[in-house]
Amino acid sequence: MNIITSYAHIKHNQVSVNGEIIFQSNPSLSLAEFLSEAYKALGVSYPKFHKMDAQCKLGFLCTEFALKETNFLLENDLSKSAIILSNAASSIETDRVHQHSINDESNYFPSPAVFVYTLPNITIGELAIKYKITGENAFFVSEQLDADLLINYTKTLLESGTESAIIGWVEVDGLNAEAFIFLVEKQKDTNKNAIFKPLNQTSVITLYNQTVWTH
Amino acid sequence: MIFTSYNNIISPLGFSTQENYQAVSNSIIGVKKIKLPFSQDEFCVAKISDEKIKDHLSQIKNANNHTKLEQLSILSIQDVLNQSGINPKDNRTLLIYSTTKGNIDILENTYKNIDSKRVYLSSFAKYLQSYFQLAHTPVVLSNACISGILAIIIAKRFIEQGTYDNILVCGGDILSEFTISGFKSFNALSNEPSKPFDANRVGINLGEAVSTILVTNQKELATPYQTQIVSGVSANDANHISGPSRSGDGLFQCLTQIVDKNTNDIGFISAHGTATPFNDEMESIAFERAGLNTIPVNSLKGYYGHTLGAAGVLETVLSLESMKHQRLIKSEGYESKGVSGNITMIESHQDKNFSSFIKTASGFGGCNAAALFKKI
Amino acid sequence: MDALIEKLKGQIIEQLNLAEVKPEEINPDSPLFGDGLGLDSIDALELIVLLEKHYGIKIQDPKDGKTIFQSLRTMAEYIKSQGKS
Repeated sequence: MNIITSYAHIKHNQVSVNGEIIFQSNPSLSLAEFLSEAYKALGVSYPKFHKMDAQCKLGFLCTEFALKETNFLLENDLSKSAIILSNAASSIETDRVHQHSINDESNYFPSPAVFVYTLPNITIGELAIKYKITGENAFFVSEQLDADLLINYTKTLLESGTESAIIGWVEVDGLNAEAFIFLVEKQKDTNKNAIFKPLNQTSVITLYNQTVWTH
Repeated sequence: MIFTSYNNIISPLGFSTQENYQAVSNSIIGVKKIKLPFSQDEFCVAKISDEKIKDHLSQIKNANNHTKLEQLSILSIQDVLNQSGINPKDNRTLLIYSTTKGNIDILENTYKNIDSKRVYLSSFAKYLQSYFQLAHTPVVLSNACISGILAIIIAKRFIEQGTYDNILVCGGDILSEFTISGFKSFNALSNEPSKPFDANRVGINLGEAVSTILVTNQKELATPYQTQIVSGVSANDANHISGPSRSGDGLFQCLTQIVDKNTNDIGFISAHGTATPFNDEMESIAFERAGLNTIPVNSLKGYYGHTLGAAGVLETVLSLESMKHQRLIKSEGYESKGVSGNITMIESHQDKNFSSFIKTASGFGGCNAAALFKKI
Repeated sequence: MDALIEKLKGQIIEQLNLAEVKPEEINPDSPLFGDGLGLDSIDALELIVLLEKHYGIKIQDPKDGKTIFQSLRTMAEYIKSQGKS
């Protein structure tokens, strides 16, 4: 049976793992400052992190926190692991940065390191590279977290060769930044910290609304 | 069984699938060097003429309230609805829209009386939903250059799951300063018509197109091609966000999953073939590794340029036409082998008896996808 | 030349987002790509943008980048040779 084994949620400059806030920074910090603080709190060294745009950083951090206390990467065949992400704004924040770099003819410097992030699925690519996950990919754009879409699609994959998945929502749009990532695996006894929620829409909505944010 | 059904292509080569297939059969190419409104330089691109679009606008309601991509998408979807007779309001019908940048020209302040919110792909999708009064909000897939073929694969999966009977897959992207400047900064553009897999290829031509295909489980709608989608998968290289795997890992992984040992009835592979040095090299290696070295290969980018989110749909539709006519389409721009993988290019239009083909795509973010289509 | 190299260090760290690299850790003669700073193909394109933005130098053929961007010193020498430092 497939279940949700862990999740992380980042919002309002706070990080929640399995429903509990495990890191928070001053609400007045900018997104960039918060991302940098959260990266330090994570305690890993991954130089590629600094090259990412804010959306990829957010997705990376949220996934790292969701994975942290699990054996997901050790116990699953990562060639059969899928990454399915979604948001409402695609890559709008970096789109604006790229557009800004070409608006003024006298200051016209489109940057390849910016342009590459004007595709939302680059976040999937960054996760795939970090964890060597080579399975199915899909990036969906929906007005809000669409639990039906994500769960229904994941189920089609689990019926055709996919064995585990990293799923969720990663969005940066102006002051609005939020990531919600959950892990799906076959039920095993070894994962002692697992939350073991059945894989359905209700679970996803419950987990999404579980965290009590402090500010 | 999941079938491919009625379809449409809107491109510089025509506003219907028939016009497009005719043009390609006559080796007419859609890319040319032109001046674009935003630059003094000429770019070699495949642009749909504004006059031709104007000629078709009487077919759609409130045409001036739509962006260019919305106009083209409405025309393309409407054509498929008319041909197939399916009811867009039906609860068992879904639209999946495949795009990389959607209404990105809104960011460039191209429009005066358009709600700028529709630069959001989610709003764009809602707008199409309200135009056609669709029962469900369209599913938008934005997965770089594999979006089109992946959308077709996803349509198959959803129908198999039992939620839908008919899924319209529409792929679209337009030419914009946004994408042209970006690919230029990547040094990925060719100033001449592109030459996929050729020794002298230097890069891509960008193109614009919208293409729609109906995917269905209704046998009576299989009429146009009597062809089913046998299988399709995606896989990630897990290597680099813009450069493809040197050994074609992700594409190889896809191919091994969709092809069995017997490849005799596979007529050809419709490759991604963007004509960048690294992409085509990677594909050739993946094809050889998968044991497909004797199967003829073409890239349609020589005719259409790279149409991004539309490419996978457009190239699948033309490949279906190619199989219907039992005729292989020449890989335009190819003259001499410029890749190290052992592959067989289609060097001229030619008749051939065959009953299946493979469509592949690869894109930024390390993504790859492949699907196998077969006559029933 | 040394002043130019120091200036370039700062500009490269900023343009390429090498947040965990300190200027003093960059040896002017170490390779920028591969084992050195571990830069990749996007970084190579960014260096072309850097030269144009800060020094007004346009590299017409990106293949020239290979020799120009061997190390910080070759980069500085190239800027000098263009009379743009």
